[in-house]
Amino acid sequence: MAQIIIDTANHIAGYAAKAARVRVVAAYPITPQTTVVEKIAEFVESGEMDAEYIRVESEHSAMAACIGAAAAGVRTFTATSAHGLALMHEALHWASGSRLPIVMAVVNRAMGAPWSIWPDFSDSLSQRDTGWIQFYCADNQEVFDTIIQAYRICEDERVFLPAMVCLEGFILSHTYMPVKIHDQEEIDAFLPPYRSGWILDVNNPFSHANLVSPEWYMEFRYMIQEAMENAKQLIPEIDKEYGRRFGLQYGGLIDKYKCENADLIICTMGTMGSEAKIAVDNLRKEGLKVGAARIRVYRPFPVEEIRNIAEEASIIATIDRHISFGMEGFLASEIKASLYHMEDKPLLAGFIAGLGGRDVTFKTIEEIAKKSLKWMKAGRVEKETVWVDLRE
Amino acid sequence: MAVPKARRDMPLTPISYPTFGSMGKTGSWRTFRPIIDYSKCTKCTLCWVYCPDVAITRREDDSPEIDYEYCKGCGICANECPVKAITMQREEE
Repeated sequence: MAQIIIDTANHIAGYAAKAARVRVVAAYPITPQTTVVEKIAEFVESGEMDAEYIRVESEHSAMAACIGAAAAGVRTFTATSAHGLALMHEALHWASGSRLPIVMAVVNRAMGAPWSIWPDFSDSLSQRDTGWIQFYCADNQEVFDTIIQAYRICEDERVFLPAMVCLEGFILSHTYMPVKIHDQEEIDAFLPPYRSGWILDVNNPFSHANLVSPEWYMEFRYMIQEAMENAKQLIPEIDKEYGRRFGLQYGGLIDKYKCENADLIICTMGTMGSEAKIAVDNLRKEGLKVGAARIRVYRPFPVEEIRNIAEEASIIATIDRHISFGMEGFLASEIKASLYHMEDKPLLAGFIAGLGGRDVTFKTIEEIAKKSLKWMKAGRVEKETVWVDLRE
Repeated sequence: MAVPKARRDMPLTPISYPTFGSMGKTGSWRTFRPIIDYSKCTKCTLCWVYCPDVAITRREDDSPEIDYEYCKGCGICANECPVKAITMQREEE
């Protein structure tokens, strides 16, 4: 039977791993991820979760153990943050290159130096090109539902790729919210037992991901790109099916809010998307035609949907909780890239905000919106990248 | 397993099945040849344990036998032999 519990997003991620009937968890603790794996350890210890819990000496080993377990034919889960994710980097490529459907919660935390334990997306966005699907969540319920959805997507034969489910440290990880834990039988009906493209077999031994010559390497890379494109088609379909079964869905690739007839679209990721909705409501009351688009899936990037949203808009404002040093925010770059082939494209204003956990409230977003609308009226963007609330 | 001709025939990730001597007869790589002096050998089997290429087999009486078709002449057996029963000789000698 479904039940509503009040708990933190980290604990909820643990509940999701249990509900997904994960069989192997290999993890190393790091703030703010720690309580994800503590909750799972509790479930395993009490027997509520029938899983092998592998304690490892580093995040690199955690991912290596997940790769081994997934190759041996079981559903695997892990979680990490910031420097732990960075240490995993090499193994992330091995997971995607081996086409293993591992799901990992990434509790977003800013990268040092200087040390920070507070959230921004510099950790997971640094892993952009590892061949992992990336989801970004806006609340605790979405964390639960996205982990369940992620297994279904990753284990689809058209995909067979790993996925990160990202949630911002503290804003979600340690914040209590009511969450509906769906009926286990209904989850089982949505998520069949583990499937992957290949499984190791002691009776027919082989080695995988071996050295390939230049004649073969490119094709393997192309197949990952194809799988990403397939995931882009599949994610909205699975999200809709999830909505039919459980009454909750998230807009597939992009969570759109009042984007119809909007002059300005505010593009965000993660929890800033929730604040943007409040800002949109307030601005609409003032008679301003503003909408919000929360990019829920960053890889594969929803290029076509961005173009659809941009059709009617005169300006897009991106808010990046991340900076690609020497360039701009990734969201700004990628949305610009998505719009390049449109004949009549909107203006684009890039804003950098909330680095290292600085609050981005609806008030901040309203200011960003008003500045963007001013530039829209003037017909040009005064400054391509604006750092919000930066000390002079 | 046949080598795929087209992309659609390729596996998701490269897969290799073990085959005997898939790199060819690696004995041709050798510049030094290990020679066992059976009068000194104590049948301790350490050379068999240490051979990284499984090119040493054990006879029924536990005395070692080198498979020169695959022995690359690395010399580990000679180095490990506690009674110096294995010597390395230049191939052309």
